[in-house]
Amino acid sequence: MIAELGLFSLLLALFFAALLVIIPTVGLYKKKDNWISAAPFYATGQFLFVALAYLCLTFCFLQDDFTVLYVVSNSSLSLPWFYKLCAVWGGHEGSMLLWVAILSVWMLAVCLFSASVDRAFRTRVLVVLGAVSIGFLLFLLITSNPFTRQFQNLNTQGRDLNPLLQDPGFLFHPPMLYMGYVGFSVPFAFAIAALWLGKFEPAWAKWTRPWTLAAWCCLSLGITLGSWWAYRELGWGGWWFWDPVENASFMPWLVGTALLHSLAVSEQRQQFMAWTLLLAITAFSLSLIGTFLVRSGVLTSVHAFAVDPQRGLFILCFLLVVIGGSLLLFALRAHTLQKVINPAPFSRESALLLNNVFLAAAMLTVLMGTVYPLLIDGLGLGKLSVGTPYFNSVFVPLMIPLLLLMGLGIHLKWQQDNVKSIAKRLLPIFIFAVLCPLLVLVVLTDHLDLYCLLGLILALWIIFSTFRLVILRGRQRGWNTFGRAFWGMILAHCGVASTVIGIAVSTAYGVQDDVRMSVGDKATLAGYSVQFISETPINGPNYHGAQAQFLISKAGVEHRIYPEKRIYNVGQMAMTESAIDANFFRDIYVALGEPLDETSWSVRLYFKPFVRWIWGGGVLIFMGGLLAMLDRRYAKVQKPVCNVHAHEVQG
Amino acid sequence: MKKRVWRLLPLMVFTLLVIFLWRGLSLEPQHLPSTQIGHSLPEFQLPQLGTEHVFSTQTVTGKVALLNVWASWCEACIEEQVFLMQLAQQGVLIYGLNYKDDTADATRWLKEWGNPYQAIGEDHRGKVAIDLGVYGAPETFLLDSHGIIRYRHVGILDAKSWQQEFLPRIRQLETA
Repeated sequence: MIAELGLFSLLLALFFAALLVIIPTVGLYKKKDNWISAAPFYATGQFLFVALAYLCLTFCFLQDDFTVLYVVSNSSLSLPWFYKLCAVWGGHEGSMLLWVAILSVWMLAVCLFSASVDRAFRTRVLVVLGAVSIGFLLFLLITSNPFTRQFQNLNTQGRDLNPLLQDPGFLFHPPMLYMGYVGFSVPFAFAIAALWLGKFEPAWAKWTRPWTLAAWCCLSLGITLGSWWAYRELGWGGWWFWDPVENASFMPWLVGTALLHSLAVSEQRQQFMAWTLLLAITAFSLSLIGTFLVRSGVLTSVHAFAVDPQRGLFILCFLLVVIGGSLLLFALRAHTLQKVINPAPFSRESALLLNNVFLAAAMLTVLMGTVYPLLIDGLGLGKLSVGTPYFNSVFVPLMIPLLLLMGLGIHLKWQQDNVKSIAKRLLPIFIFAVLCPLLVLVVLTDHLDLYCLLGLILALWIIFSTFRLVILRGRQRGWNTFGRAFWGMILAHCGVASTVIGIAVSTAYGVQDDVRMSVGDKATLAGYSVQFISETPINGPNYHGAQAQFLISKAGVEHRIYPEKRIYNVGQMAMTESAIDANFFRDIYVALGEPLDETSWSVRLYFKPFVRWIWGGGVLIFMGGLLAMLDRRYAKVQKPVCNVHAHEVQG
Repeated sequence: MKKRVWRLLPLMVFTLLVIFLWRGLSLEPQHLPSTQIGHSLPEFQLPQLGTEHVFSTQTVTGKVALLNVWASWCEACIEEQVFLMQLAQQGVLIYGLNYKDDTADATRWLKEWGNPYQAIGEDHRGKVAIDLGVYGAPETFLLDSHGIIRYRHVGILDAKSWQQEFLPRIRQLETA
């Protein structure tokens, strides 16, 4: 009954989405005012029914309703309840339902928080979002209905949630990532609405930027959480694998970052409009392509879900309509919105343009590496995979000039700046940024790693130059003139620097050791003594296995950590639960490998200096974006219009 | 004019991408055909569960039959067993390959969940399974009357894959 209710809600949601597209569009062309203003009503209707469907599926999971095929495939009787909540999106069908649910949340947010946007324009935005929802709801209903019943009598406890996904990191990572992914639909809808309207709207960038920031924040946090999850759960001590699915989330992030910066120019100088529109379309297109790559099974990946060519074909057709249509619209209409002014070569506009060029190039190299196996296979040249060496060797050289530019660009003035005065201001800082890490590395380490040195120079250059800007501005204009957007920029840029430091130091000075250890054995790792104290059997709710105790000591300071080897009862899948002794400056990471005989294990030990800084940087970037989103200039315009809105409701 | 071309560029790049993605759909990177399909069963001689007989290649040849790889430690096999029992009742010949299991455990398991098998070979060390290229239990092979492997199914055998994959092939084999 509950499952049928869920299916029925999905159908009703589709009905509302269809109304949302048709009625206001007709209203816009026939100039029927109440038809236009019905848009938020239909959007809310769609949201309510999608939410109801989602709750129904959750309820089926909590009830262990194994007549629902999706539940029996992704849950088990012994699965703890909070993982049952995650299991709702642990498989293909449910994760698509989450996609639609989050899209509906964003639509509701557009209804509630964009009162400052011109009403006719907002209606167009909602119509575009409604059209995207129709595509995804049809996809759910036609190819991936999560409420399908199965009537075989099964002797089963359920096939269980993939053990890799049974981790606290997984509770937050996918919804956050999806919030970001799907969130780019809002800037996309704003871009399409602008092209549809076909005339230059001066406030467009101001309307679009907070939404872009919101989506970008969620995506930043989602990627950070995903990287942290991979580090803890996969047991290899790595935090980024250039896996197709990771790339699928990273590409929209790169374009989203470019979009944020180009929106800054569009907002302040009314320039780069066509380029900004293209970026907004591209960011969402990449989210859709990412969905396609993951769902269709054209690429193999650790994250791959069930493969079904029919689903792939549906998404591909959907991509063709949405992205192809938008790009065609762009090609036909973009010139109507453009005011072409060539910026002076040494100005903030130019710096931001260069930033965009590097980010777009970085995205294209990642895209190339991700789909290259497909190209080769499609041309009949054999099967291959593109690994980390490719990505590192093309991505890193693109990041070096970008990071250099980060330190320089923030000091430049709009329109035109003076090379000499900037050089005078920044040259001492640059020299300082080179000398500091050089000195530190020579004194503190036994060998000088040049890549690490380069990373540290770039990171410190960004930090020093950012601080210099804060001090200069505070002295010139007063300390209370800083807006939240400015602080957000400072925080996010320092976050990037922190991530760079983390990557550089942990890669260059990390130590890895694979050892055979029995109870009582001692190993030394980077000056720490690691002792295998004991091993005890454990029995979890849906797994059994062994837990080991390790004592980590250095100079009298002792810590105990407990890595585990778990065998999940359903499916007999062995999982490594690594244990980490972490502090601000270093991680000691212990993972149990295979039991070698009755008493001894192969044990993996890692010493990872500064590795936390990578995710710390991600969190700083997230907070910076959040702060910028809450800037007064995006909130200010809303107040008077809010009252008008209230008036409307009363009338 | 020059400007127009620039604006069409993203569309062209995207079209190219779609063509390759579309081709990619029919390539199936995860498709793992068994190297054994079309080949005869490897020669083996195993103890037969519950009797003194030998379970050998000859035991399972002669008629179209299924060879099902199972184990008492495999939870998915329990789920599969209901369907296998139905098939056995319909008269489908099913042979079992008891994979890396203990004789006592296997006997107890069959008592609990039912025994659809004509005969069961005990592959204690999983040697025959290695020759067959088995990933894990459950796995089901379709054998023709000459003992040639015609199809292989990885994972739980259910009504859907039975009707879509096995039945058409069995009909073909029986009419040939």
